[in-house]
Amino acid sequence: MKILVSVKRVVDYNVKVRVRADGSGVETANVRMSMNPFDEIAVEEAVRLRESGVATEVVVVSAGAAQCQDTLRTALALGADRAVLVETGAELQPLTVAKLLKAVCQREQPKLVLCGKQATDDDASQTGPMLAALLGWSQATFASKLTVSGDRLTVAREVDGGLETVECLLPAIVTADLRLNVPRYVTLPNIMKAKRKPLDTVTPEFLQVDVTPRLKTIQVCEPPARAAGRRVADVAELVAALSSRGVIA
Amino acid sequence: MRVLLLAEHNNDTLDPATRSALTAARQLGGDIDILVIGDACRPVAENASRLAGVSRVLWVEAAHFREPAAENLASQVLAVASGYSHVLAAATSMGKSVMPRVAAVLDVAQISEVIGVLGVDTFSRPIYAGNATQTVQSFDPVKVITVRVSAFDASDEGGAAPIEPVEAVSDCGLSRVVGRQLTRTGRPELGSADVVVAGGRGLGSRENFIALLEPLAQELDAAIGATRAAVDAGFVSNDLQIGQTGKVVAPRLYIAVGLSGAIQHLAGMKDSQVIVAINKDADAPILQVADYGLVGDLFEIVPALIDALR
Ligand SMILES: Cc1cc2nc3c(=O)[nH]c(=O)nc-3n(C[C@H](O)[C@H](O)[C@H](O)COP(=O)(O)OP(=O)(O)OC[C@H]3O[C@@H](n4cnc5c(N)ncnc54)[C@H](O)[C@@H]3O)c2cc1C
Ligand SMILES: Nc1ncnc2c1ncn2[C@@H]1O[C@H](COP(=O)(O)O)[C@@H](O)[C@H]1O
Repeated sequence: MKILVSVKRVVDYNVKVRVRADGSGVETANVRMSMNPFDEIAVEEAVRLRESGVATEVVVVSAGAAQCQDTLRTALALGADRAVLVETGAELQPLTVAKLLKAVCQREQPKLVLCGKQATDDDASQTGPMLAALLGWSQATFASKLTVSGDRLTVAREVDGGLETVECLLPAIVTADLRLNVPRYVTLPNIMKAKRKPLDTVTPEFLQVDVTPRLKTIQVCEPPARAAGRRVADVAELVAALSSRGVIA
Repeated sequence: MRVLLLAEHNNDTLDPATRSALTAARQLGGDIDILVIGDACRPVAENASRLAGVSRVLWVEAAHFREPAAENLASQVLAVASGYSHVLAAATSMGKSVMPRVAAVLDVAQISEVIGVLGVDTFSRPIYAGNATQTVQSFDPVKVITVRVSAFDASDEGGAAPIEPVEAVSDCGLSRVVGRQLTRTGRPELGSADVVVAGGRGLGSRENFIALLEPLAQELDAAIGATRAAVDAGFVSNDLQIGQTGKVVAPRLYIAVGLSGAIQHLAGMKDSQVIVAINKDADAPILQVADYGLVGDLFEIVPALIDALR
């Protein structure tokens, strides 16, 4: 079974982003970038499935600028076998990414696609289910445990009220949640090995996908700042402050 | 303009999330139809028909909608979606699983976690864990939207919309729900609670978490929430995680105990009206967003606070 994993290059989750003064977006120049944390979890899961003999090959795919190669090399260092970059300078929205991934799936014919449950930049949480719909495949979002048996997949999902278990027919799309696994550390020897693994580049034109965005960003602004609070010395002062403000009886 | 709102429910009662999404729908103007998909879910349709501002309730029943799979829900929504200018759902785990499928089949963008309706085609939404707010305009013929529940008050009752049965689509057989482990806390529901008491790694263990935060929550009639670190350490179940990738809450009062206030956690609670933080580290980021910060050992402060509230 071949597994395809989508990986997005995003602003590192430790960076406190700044909104550009002209309101056109968030400053990404000279900012530390890394793999979307959920995609790292997805890659780890795919590599584990290959290591346990369930999968035969793990192909990682990223769409975006040439620098996405770094993200793909990280995925290869985590243990993926091969990478595909869909190179474009265009602004990519989830529907477009889903169409690009669909085109790659049609060429690669994977049995399982793993995506992150959300990208930490746009916080959209759309690409996985969109891809599933475009392919007419089953889906399991927010996965915290995944088992493959024959042509079926059993997935524990983190849902609002607790956990839900679903059984999906393969081929399927699964989106990775935080507790699916803890990704391994990338070691130096594996980084060296990753440099020799194959990385192909294609373009949206080659895949015959129109990348024109459907949503126009009118403005990006800072959320309203909270008014400065105050320190209270002890519990008595806290309780007095809360009751005079009317938030406790 | 015609708006279709997908209801969230458990076949018995309508989830309050839908009432908040309805408020967003009403800001669009136009007719609003609520779609109730379930099995033996007539009480939900009746609930929905009593909400103010609803034109019709579309009611679909089938055995495969008892524990519905996202694929089936999406195809049912698509079966009735024609003629609507907007298709909405609350940004719950159900809404987030179904609406992208609906949008992809309609070949339109989806707009996630809307916090502001600025026009019929213009919406605001948080990005980067709420560190920025994006205003987007859609040129698509249909707007497919999920609504961030904490950003809209719940709509009231006061309507009497007709309930119209709709034929169910057949089971597409792609996936099925085989089990559910729902958490029962006996406490108010986290998403809609008036007061939230949240704990972090500083609590140290599941035993401490329960021994300290349960009685505090009891005194305040509060829901309990937690950080990712607390959930990962097994202090509480996953559905109590608050943050960028957990629940988003905006209660009247939020008490943060032994949690540092990482960006990803703040994303889920910084719109609370009043924030109290109890932390032994005077430099903890949570103290920068707190209205009232109490620096000290939570193991002394929390019991004293419980006493003071009694
Ligand atoms: C992709 C991604 C998504 C994430 N999503 C979320 C999310 O949705 N929600 C979330 O919460 N986190 C999320 N995180 C994790 C987040 O980055 C932090 O790691 C996490 O919030 C830290 O939890 P904490 O505050 O409980 O622990 P810590 O950061 O370890 O803080 C513990 C705090 O307790 C205080 N403390 C310790 N002992 C005492 C004592 N005796 N008395 C008083 N104070 C004490 C310490 O001073 C410290 O400030 C995410 C991370 C990533 C990478
Ligand atoms: N440009 C991209 N390249 C590769 N994968 C992507 C890209 N954008 C989104 N994805 C995948 O889709 C997931 C969800 O992203 P989103 O729908 O934007 O929240 C991510 O975790 C990735 O796995």
